[in-house]
Amino acid sequence: MATAALQPMAETSEVDALPLAELDPARADRFRNDSWAPVFERLRREDPVHLCETGEFGRYWSITKYNDIMAIDTDHKTFSSEPGITLVRTIDQQQTSPFQGMSMFIAMDPPKHDIQRKIVTPAVSPMNLKLLEPLIRERAATILDNLPVGEEFDWVDKVSMELTAMTLATLFGMPQEDRRKLTYWSDVVTAVPTPGGIVETREQKLDIFFQYHAYFTQLWNERVNAEPTGDLISMLAHDPATRDMAPLEYFGNVILLTVGGNDTTRNTITGSVYALNKNQDQYAKLRANPDLIPSMVSETIRWQTPLAHMKRRATRDVEFRGKLIREGDPVAMWYVSGNRDEEVIERPNDYIIDRARPRQHISFGFGIHRCVGNRLAELQLRIIWEEILKRFPEITVVDEPKRVFSSFVKGYESMKVVIPRRN
Amino acid sequence: MGRVTYIEHDGTEHVVAVEEGVSIMEAAVQNGVPGIDADCGGQCACATCHVHVDATWLERVGGPGEAEDELLNLAPERDDTSRLSCQITMSPALDGLVVRIPESQH
Repeated sequence: MATAALQPMAETSEVDALPLAELDPARADRFRNDSWAPVFERLRREDPVHLCETGEFGRYWSITKYNDIMAIDTDHKTFSSEPGITLVRTIDQQQTSPFQGMSMFIAMDPPKHDIQRKIVTPAVSPMNLKLLEPLIRERAATILDNLPVGEEFDWVDKVSMELTAMTLATLFGMPQEDRRKLTYWSDVVTAVPTPGGIVETREQKLDIFFQYHAYFTQLWNERVNAEPTGDLISMLAHDPATRDMAPLEYFGNVILLTVGGNDTTRNTITGSVYALNKNQDQYAKLRANPDLIPSMVSETIRWQTPLAHMKRRATRDVEFRGKLIREGDPVAMWYVSGNRDEEVIERPNDYIIDRARPRQHISFGFGIHRCVGNRLAELQLRIIWEEILKRFPEITVVDEPKRVFSSFVKGYESMKVVIPRRN
Repeated sequence: MGRVTYIEHDGTEHVVAVEEGVSIMEAAVQNGVPGIDADCGGQCACATCHVHVDATWLERVGGPGEAEDELLNLAPERDDTSRLSCQITMSPALDGLVVRIPESQH
């Protein structure tokens, strides 16, 4: 079944009936109920560089075509990443927040960006990943061997979160027993406080931030007083370019590595099981030919698009595709839409695990901010699927997953599955 | 048509005939030279086609442009011989070119 068929038809006509100016692609509810696609289809068709001023995020532009996103992503002089890269104002950008002044290299321009990014790059370089691979594989095997057979369970909790949290704890040099703190903090960072949500109030969110901050301050203090150990915290604590960084700048980078290092991969792991369930012909193809795993991984990263957008800010008045973007305007590059652009990607709504050029997708971004951990993400996905295919002929999704209420993190809170039997 | 030799980090050599006007990234991808991923398809936007130009060829190949220079900063093994292969176009002057593929890109 093609995924396009899953979009509710009523939603398409409802979206088409709205005046263009009222179309706000950043509405989080459309991501929670998986009805975002018709909005972007219409924008790509009718208004690919779109201004919205009526929604909760105020005045901002939406870029929805693949090549336009590429053009903006690679022009960091005109489109700055400062002070933040999401439409939602993060806690550091809020008035009177004790975390004001916090910064992270994803939200910096050169030259500072380049210096800080370079320090953490070796941790996710292919050479280091080669060393990590056996450890990740052993953990993946243990996780899968402990799953119940013939019994419903939450794939997000038992597999996606576990594996990615273990990897990230290793990269940070943290004790493994603390790994699920990372998934929790990651979720809190990107959560908009709502009743019934993971955090309900801004105060509660701040409280958790203080605990998170205290934990990593202690980790820094331990590392700075010890010999370099090669983990990310030790790298930051010992490198001449970062060892004297302001505490909030250090914490900002910890947050960046936490969210970037588990949330995205976690949601793509879940997305892979979901997509293969919705496309049984592709699942059969994969089972018959496990050599397709790497291209299935890339296709899932495109299809899922675990981060729906990245934000930039115009540093000057600029005419772009006939529209005048004013200095200071926020500009959202909708990766989720670029990945569905039929001008660049053939049959973009279909999930096809043996595409000719599966790496041609925009989920990692392009230009100097391109995802630093992309190879680690691919590695974890490849390993988990190599180990899954050795063990289980099938993982059956029992119910529609519960999706995250966010137009930034595009992912899953939970997904009930059953493994009917072992190989 | 000119010849380009790509040397992998383990020493394996690939000699490829490249048409004039074609980038040496494209030629590598079309001929299955490992280590040139070229995720962005040759738009100087991802730094996954990084090569080290053999010292004897540096002058003829020339240095990186501004955008390329910034992207090369993302590459873990950048040095003075670094270029993005999507930005090197085959010409008669480059017949016989030798480039090395960094270990971090295999």
